[in-house]
Amino acid sequence: MSRRSELHNRPVEDAALIACPDCDLVQRLPSLGPGVSARCPRCDFELARERESSLQRTLALGVGAAILFVIANSFPMLGLSVVGRSAETTVFGGAMHLWNDGREIVAVLVLFTVIIAPALQIGFVIAIALAAHLSRVPRWAGALLRHQPLTRTWSMIEVMLLGVLVALVKIAELAHVIPGIALFALGALTFVLAAVQAAFDPREVWERVAWVDADAQR
Amino acid sequence: MTESAVSALQLGLQSCKSCGLLSRPPAGVEEGRCPRCDESLEFRERQSLQRAWAFLIAAAVCYVPANILPVLSTTTATGTDSDTIIQGVALLWSPTGWPLAIIVLVASIMIPSAKILSLGYLLITVERGALTSGEQRTRLYRIVEFIGRWSMVDVFVDTFTASLVQLQPLMSVEPGPGLFFFASVVVLTMLAVESFDPRLIWDASGASGIAHA
Repeated sequence: MSRRSELHNRPVEDAALIACPDCDLVQRLPSLGPGVSARCPRCDFELARERESSLQRTLALGVGAAILFVIANSFPMLGLSVVGRSAETTVFGGAMHLWNDGREIVAVLVLFTVIIAPALQIGFVIAIALAAHLSRVPRWAGALLRHQPLTRTWSMIEVMLLGVLVALVKIAELAHVIPGIALFALGALTFVLAAVQAAFDPREVWERVAWVDADAQR
Repeated sequence: MTESAVSALQLGLQSCKSCGLLSRPPAGVEEGRCPRCDESLEFRERQSLQRAWAFLIAAAVCYVPANILPVLSTTTATGTDSDTIIQGVALLWSPTGWPLAIIVLVASIMIPSAKILSLGYLLITVERGALTSGEQRTRLYRIVEFIGRWSMVDVFVDTFTASLVQLQPLMSVEPGPGLFFFASVVVLTMLAVESFDPRLIWDASGASGIAHA
């Protein structure tokens, strides 16, 4: 009796049968009208929401997010001037400064949460939405879908924005602070990223993706 | 609902945490694989409680230096000042700055400690097989999961304050050793939340519901 199997599981016969991810309650997912969501009767988890033209909106918003992300990382975020002296910083500059000060681990964490994870989050969503437009959704789209929630967990643009605003007010007492283009781009990006996640419906892609165990596909 | 409340575990089915497909593992197999997306499947996340405890204890240990060591040091012509997180909140406290002081206080002091206590409570109730308040405990888990990232605020405040205020010899700000421990608390509690399998909250009550049915 082996614990680990190389064999694939057999899907349950009834495709509408699911288990709640948060409490494991087995239930049948009803078919939903546009804008309607289904919740677990036991723990109130949102099991599914039927979104209108999810893929097109995800793609459009994803491209918008990518443009804002590039702007946010190409221009200064904050500038400062006091008695004839000035300084400015970018998103990347913040992480670099930490690194140069010997806080390498925190620098990597900042770099990861505000540049790498958001870039992956946006890139994954665009790639998945593009792949989902194909008649047969390829398996690599499934691999990206599996990791997409993780990129979302660690992407912290909105948290950084709040931190930057606090820093801005703090420094404003000492010097004249100039908000840069990147700061406004980040503000817009926060909302666009939230809209991307709201429009994105992974279930729609999963239902059409090519199965690993092709024989079991129904 | 109670008499028909059956979990996938009780039916011997596994639900894929990536794609949501419900499937039955081959006979005698505990860890199968999803036929749709190839994710390895388990009835419950393996060693969920042990891993969550490990991350939580590590976070609690880091919590002490995070609050004792300075996170920022400010150098001016008159000398160097080092501030811990709570001193930073006190510095922000002014007739105009108090809303920001409250944001930092909530994000940096209250959320991390509330998170550590809440996770400890969830872990202990699951280990004791608590039968009641599953819904409230699930809600608590979701709040902890949702709110945890906001503790990173102070890391970003200090990062960008330090990178902007570089006006040597007038004034310069450098990150302090406390920042590493503070960031560790945030990351470790997030990992503890990720490790914890919320389905465990319901396992004890589900089993009893079946017994009474």
